[in-house]
Amino acid sequence: MALNWFKFASPASFYPIAGRLVPVFWVLTLALLAVGLYWGFFQTADQLGGSNPQKEYYRIIFIHVPTAWMSMWLYMILVGWAAIGLVFNTRLSFMMANAVAPTGAIFTFLALWTGAFWGRPSWGTYWDWDPRLTSELALFFLYIGYIALHSAIDDTRRADRASALLAIVGLIMVPVIFWSINCPDPNQCAALHQRSNLMRIEGNILFSMLIMTLAFWMYSFATTFMRLRSIILTREAESAWVQDILTKEARA
Amino acid sequence: MLEVQGLECRRGDRRLFSDLSFALDGGTLLHVRGRNGTGKTTLLRSLCGLFTPESGDIRWRGESIRALGDDYRRELLYFGHLNGIKGELTGIENLSIAATLDGDRISEDAIWEALAQIGLRGFEDLPTRMLSQGQKKRVALARLVLSGARLWVLDEPFTALDVDAVALLQRLIAEHVERGGLAVLTTHQEVPLTSGQVERLDLGA
Amino acid sequence: MFRVFWTVLKRDLTLAMRRRTDVLTTLFFFVIVVSLFPLGVGTERKVLATLGPGVVWVAALLASMLALERLFAADYEDGTLEQMLLTAQPLSLLVLAKVAAHWLLTGLPLVLIAPLVGMQYHLSDAAIGVMMLSLLLGTPVLSLIGAIGAALTLGLRGGGILLSLLILPLYIPILVYGSGAVQVSDIAIADTQPYVALLGAFLMVAAIFAPVASSAALRISLE
Repeated sequence: MALNWFKFASPASFYPIAGRLVPVFWVLTLALLAVGLYWGFFQTADQLGGSNPQKEYYRIIFIHVPTAWMSMWLYMILVGWAAIGLVFNTRLSFMMANAVAPTGAIFTFLALWTGAFWGRPSWGTYWDWDPRLTSELALFFLYIGYIALHSAIDDTRRADRASALLAIVGLIMVPVIFWSINCPDPNQCAALHQRSNLMRIEGNILFSMLIMTLAFWMYSFATTFMRLRSIILTREAESAWVQDILTKEARA
Repeated sequence: MLEVQGLECRRGDRRLFSDLSFALDGGTLLHVRGRNGTGKTTLLRSLCGLFTPESGDIRWRGESIRALGDDYRRELLYFGHLNGIKGELTGIENLSIAATLDGDRISEDAIWEALAQIGLRGFEDLPTRMLSQGQKKRVALARLVLSGARLWVLDEPFTALDVDAVALLQRLIAEHVERGGLAVLTTHQEVPLTSGQVERLDLGA
Repeated sequence: MFRVFWTVLKRDLTLAMRRRTDVLTTLFFFVIVVSLFPLGVGTERKVLATLGPGVVWVAALLASMLALERLFAADYEDGTLEQMLLTAQPLSLLVLAKVAAHWLLTGLPLVLIAPLVGMQYHLSDAAIGVMMLSLLLGTPVLSLIGAIGAALTLGLRGGGILLSLLILPLYIPILVYGSGAVQVSDIAIADTQPYVALLGAFLMVAAIFAPVASSAALRISLE
């Protein structure tokens, strides 16, 4: 089947598709959230054993871990679209990167916030200079930097391209930043701790974590596409097809 | 030699022009005309490779200017709204740095000569911030005398120049075109060329 | 190629010498920030010796940040930067020369003043030596990475604040290892070697890649 992918790469043809997909993603988001939260609250053990036994509050894991994953994945997606935009000079991919950024920033913030709430009962403090926490904070700064640079530049094209470049530089720096915080002393860097392994997690907990992650994915699609649609309308305001839509909506 | 095909440029979300095509051979002057905001400067900056067009091709000697890169820039001289002259440096210093960066080896004598030719005898050793607007522009224009570039792209070169300087600049352009060079310029004045072929391009018509 | 590098370097140094005012402001900023800290946290010897390395490095970060705003600004305003983009030379070479000149004017003075600052914080002679070495290797990296941000924020309103927002998170690794080296030197001088090696590696990598990124950023900003 010969599918013309470039057809979908034009804002005009993408706009209606995104419009039809948004409700689907919202329904999926709600359904998966319901399943994930139900499973997380009622089908999992009341406490975690091990050397550091945790009571009911460990359930924040079902929000905390998925949001932290999302924050990183969305940054990769943002950089991916930004890079495609820089290489192929396609406007839609920059709009995509733009639409992803706020959702990513929100997830990063949520991961930090829920982390603080979890940290209080389990570590006895809201904040610790733990490598992961600190790197997540650095990631949050990168998101904010991307959004700030984009909104500081009036010319949309320069804004798109400059912030895309910044995002790419950020992606290169994130591992270095993580590594430098993880082992501030290069003499004894072998002491990596707090390794998590998905295989060792109990089945029910893993299940609800993954369902929640899927729910957040759907949420990201829904919000990104909604934002994308409004970005397309703003930027293509003078083109004929947008004028058509606007007049039709005005009549209805 | 310089070919433009199906060029479309946007500024922000506004389309300035689209489907613009023309081809120029050596020994031609292209006079780009149009009202304010029709994209004259954007076109000129695209020709230099400073601005990336939305779509379309710009080719020099049959090859895309993106692919040519430094080889294209070697043959190009751009004169924009800003003079590109350092106020803290003297005319001589400004020109000799510009020449080194352009990859030309030009003796200091040649630079003195060029400044004299452009009517700045006696001002060569002053920091250019001491000079008047028109004189600063003349320092920048001395690059036209020194440069061996084939393609001149001049954005409003006649503003802030007195009658003598306008005549001098016209002569320089005419000589350049006679030698088989190419010049693309914008100006609101009518510029009579003594010889060579003059083409006109109207934007936003 | 070396001739071009040298020409740009000499040009920027000449410009700075003729303007003069800009040259020493960074240095004084650094000295003032470092001198204010003891007034804020108390002048106890032990506290100062612990805080010293971190304070000096954070101050160096801020100082180089402040100076970066002007790296391309003057050339942008009078159009010489535009002309540099149109020369037949690789732009990253020109950027590297500009960054080198910038570092000689703003980074090197910090390295040279370090002994004075170290004495304010009662650091040992060995620690001061390590501090100078770490600043010598680290501050050029700050200039190189910062140049990317300076190029991206060129000509924007409030560019300075924005620049720090974009670039300071990227400075974290340099800060960690730069001040880490000084702290370790108080315990065992031999242990500082890996830090120095890491900073050296950062410098090499940054010197190769940062000018490329900066020139891409300049081309975007000058469209």
